[in-house]
Amino acid sequence: MTTMTIAKAINEGLRATLNNNPRTLLMGEDIGPLGGVYRVTDGLIGEFGADRVVDTPLAESGIIGTAIGLALSGYLPVCEIQFDGFVFPGFNQITTQLAKMHARSNGNLTVPVVIRIPYGGGIGSIEHHSESPEALFAHTAGLRIITPSNPHDAYWMIQQAVDCQDPVIVFEPKRRYWLKGDVDTESPGASADPFTAHVLREGADATVVAYGPLVPVALAAASAAAEDGHSVEVIDLRSISPIDFDTVTESVKKTGRLIVAHEAPTFGGIGGEIAARVSERAFLSLEAPVIRVGGFHMPYPVAKVEEDYLPDIDRILEALDRALAY
Amino acid sequence: MGATHLPATEFDGTGVDDQLEAEAEAVLGEPPTRMVQLLGPDGTLGEDPVFSAYANRLDAEKLRGFYADMAAIRRFDQEATALQRQGQLALWVPLTGQEAAQIGSGRASQPQDYIFPTYREHGVALTRNVDLAELLRQFRGVSNGGWNPKDTNFHLYTLVLAAQTPHAVGYAMGIQRDQKLAAANATPDQPQEPKAAVMVYFGDGASSEGDVHESMVFASSYNAPVVFFCQNNHWAISVPSTVQTRVPLADRAKGYGFPGIRVDGNDVIAVHAVTEWALERAREGKSPVLIEAFTYRVGAHTTADDPTKYRGSDEEAQWRAKDPLERLEKYLRAEGMADDAFFATVKADGDELAAYVRKTTHDLETPDIRTAFANTYAEAHPLVAEELAWFEEYSAGFADEASTDEADKDGAANR
Repeated sequence: MTTMTIAKAINEGLRATLNNNPRTLLMGEDIGPLGGVYRVTDGLIGEFGADRVVDTPLAESGIIGTAIGLALSGYLPVCEIQFDGFVFPGFNQITTQLAKMHARSNGNLTVPVVIRIPYGGGIGSIEHHSESPEALFAHTAGLRIITPSNPHDAYWMIQQAVDCQDPVIVFEPKRRYWLKGDVDTESPGASADPFTAHVLREGADATVVAYGPLVPVALAAASAAAEDGHSVEVIDLRSISPIDFDTVTESVKKTGRLIVAHEAPTFGGIGGEIAARVSERAFLSLEAPVIRVGGFHMPYPVAKVEEDYLPDIDRILEALDRALAY
Repeated sequence: MGATHLPATEFDGTGVDDQLEAEAEAVLGEPPTRMVQLLGPDGTLGEDPVFSAYANRLDAEKLRGFYADMAAIRRFDQEATALQRQGQLALWVPLTGQEAAQIGSGRASQPQDYIFPTYREHGVALTRNVDLAELLRQFRGVSNGGWNPKDTNFHLYTLVLAAQTPHAVGYAMGIQRDQKLAAANATPDQPQEPKAAVMVYFGDGASSEGDVHESMVFASSYNAPVVFFCQNNHWAISVPSTVQTRVPLADRAKGYGFPGIRVDGNDVIAVHAVTEWALERAREGKSPVLIEAFTYRVGAHTTADDPTKYRGSDEEAQWRAKDPLERLEKYLRAEGMADDAFFATVKADGDELAAYVRKTTHDLETPDIRTAFANTYAEAHPLVAEELAWFEEYSAGFADEASTDEADKDGAANR
């Protein structure tokens, strides 16, 4: 067991996969000598060379598109998109090509491409650097989407993504890159299946589902609620596609109330999907409507007002109050 | 060399292209890339300082093979068009006019090369031994592909314009790494694997897509063993190539830092020579190459459009005079390489192919939607499993209903 930040854990996870599998390679802008703008690939080019840690031209469609070709020729590319808002030039390749290649080849071809995207706000940055576009990808069949919230998951999830035969997008919560935690590099333990949700805190009165950057916020809200005498269960979704509805439903059957929190706008978002599924699966267990806590229907606002946009402890507590009022 | 030094073929009399040439010279400050032509429309073989050597590799049997392939694919094209008109195909993408570009380039590839087509490369598919009936699955709506690319190294058709071009470069980067690893692990007595390259097809319309530019940047940056084969057939549905570019497309290669060649796309001998040269160059790791095959789509873009609405019949007639099959036939006959009996056999083979295609199209099986559930992901996926379970239950309900209907019918019959 060692303590490290999420950024370091991903770095170590990438190092492990580069060591374990000679067909793994990393691709992206500035990932070589610079080590990525967040230094997630720091030192790797020195260890593995420029053929396996590829500083690419500045062209997102080219990065994803060539990664598809590399995967078709038997390699396991891990692409870095520098920031969430810059994935869109590669959106066509991801949604029309990467997601569908296996299906349109009648299962004859696999394209095990991994795309790492630092996402979310709270870092005081300028436009296109703070977005949460996960729902746009989750809506596309053929893709898998995971998001770690702690260093142990981060270390294992990146390796599990590379091992997966399907394309996997790893949304990395950039404002948590410096969050420290224990990593067991010997065994993933309960994190062995990246497509499962984890109950991080048990509770009886309500369930809060969160993922990525909002997991620490949800846990803090549960602690605050406990001081007011409310017992809140917290689930770290971990996988956005597929979603582990069994774990969520199980919890709702116990607590009767559900709040889903994410940074992305609530409209058309993952929270709506969870609310709908839970209402189908556990309608009679619900004591209150499922309440979504998320961003507003607006372009991610300027940094000076992002605190008003981002769901925080108080927003989750307010939702909890509304749910408990039924 | 200026436009006056260009072979007296496609550049004469078309108006549009003369203007393009002049503009290109003004824009580039130098004459545009010359066009390689060996076999003229009159069926006489010319000389080229570089590519005649490649043409000289072709014996009579190979040339007869080129003719047979071009005739076969044209016959196939006619049959598929007819099948679409009869409602047997949802859509067809005809290639008539582009036979030489496709057969010449496809026949220049080696089995170890990997080909990324766009969606009109039926002739290239023929050269890669893809069962032509398989090509029709997509157009009949029973598959989004229809063949296993691994069997022939001929990838699936790609309908999103130019999306396959970065795939080709990535695949070439994979080949490059494989070759490096093989070289590092080679022992002196070990037989060497033949070197491979990738060839990717796209049209003049697709050349405007960003993916073409990005893939050329990547190809150049990593010196990937890839040949870009652009079939300039002059029309992107209804928009002329002059709207896609103001310089010959082959000249764009200069900007990326690798050779661009313009070849008479209706001259199968020149196309073959140029492509062989380019693929050899790519396999040796010298550089990527862009080939612009200057040709013409004689028919519609697809069976859904109507070329009479956007172009004149005189233009079509001019290009019909440069027909790739006719000029090779003239040459073969003049050189005594083929006689009436040969051409009669080719025609009979074409009719046989057409009959085969007609029959197999009707016989193409409609898949069960369960195969779509099975192929969405490579690994097990709970949402797919859940929706499939729902679908099975839902379908089973209709099975009950069907058996009740049967029982009702039986009952009615008994009454």
